[in-house]
Amino acid sequence: MNAVVHGVRAFIMFWVDFIIGDDWTVAATVALALLGTWGLTRAGVTAWWLLPLCVLAITAISVRRAAKRELRHGQTG
Amino acid sequence: MNLAVLLAAFFATAIEVIEMVAIVVGVGVARSWRASLAGASAGLIVLVALVTVLGIAVRDVPLSPVRLVVGALLLVFGLQWLRKGVLRVARDGWGVGHNAPDLDSSDVDQHRFDWTGFVLSFKGVSLEGLEVMVIVVAFGTAAGAVSSAVVGAVTAIIVLGAVGALTYRLVARIPRRALQLFVGALLTTFGTYWAVEGLGVAWPGEEAALVALGALYVLAALALLSWVRHGWQETTQVAGHRGSSPGSSSDPSASGRH
Repeated sequence: MNAVVHGVRAFIMFWVDFIIGDDWTVAATVALALLGTWGLTRAGVTAWWLLPLCVLAITAISVRRAAKRELRHGQTG
Repeated sequence: MNLAVLLAAFFATAIEVIEMVAIVVGVGVARSWRASLAGASAGLIVLVALVTVLGIAVRDVPLSPVRLVVGALLLVFGLQWLRKGVLRVARDGWGVGHNAPDLDSSDVDQHRFDWTGFVLSFKGVSLEGLEVMVIVVAFGTAAGAVSSAVVGAVTAIIVLGAVGALTYRLVARIPRRALQLFVGALLTTFGTYWAVEGLGVAWPGEEAALVALGALYVLAALALLSWVRHGWQETTQVAGHRGSSPGSSSDPSASGRH
């Protein structure tokens, strides 16, 4: 039983790690951008530009955040 | 044969195969080649079984939802690689990346089968292989070119596997961080394109938009790389002027983190 629970947990963790990684805000932003693209398209607005724009923005924010975190680790050794 | 899909699958698979080969070689060198190769073989058998089962299941799935789901998956996964690639290249330069696990060979009994080595290799090959499977299914089904994606992935496995087998030292010399950054941009490009297309939105210029997106993401990654390097150097200089204590460093490259 423990092995089954462990296996299921490992499987879930693999996909969580695969999709979310170490910054959940990236996956959340992508999901919201896709939702926004769908909504705008339903409203008759051309919306292909929304996802790349959000991807660029969240990548910059996430890299900046990670760089600061890495810098703090460097400073604290 | 779809050359774009073939090349994309080849390079995306190459990243995973480099990790696979590094793990198998690392376990083989540090523990037991017999256990390492047995674990790798068992992992490959499991993967072949999974590919056979899921390959049949994937065949009848409608294309738009597949494009949306796999596009979104590729996008978030590609962004992870892109971020890590930018940070690692900013920290260490366009140098060598090596992903062999840290292993302790002191507890290996030379007279018994090394199950630890077996499990390490099995996990490495099966997990990295599962990612290869996702990439192949993603590229293949979304572009309607499964055979091209399979050929690209299999070629990458054969080529890099042969390279690893012939000269394992070469594996350590592949600039994985640079490859990670550009393949991250590649996956992000395909992911963006297919996810939006899966929502029923047409791209201006259709497939030519892939080239524009790719260029945009690569340029953005290089700009971010320069920005991060500049920021770190600036902070290091400021910390130096403030007279930081000897031995302490604000340069992340000195932290030794991976």
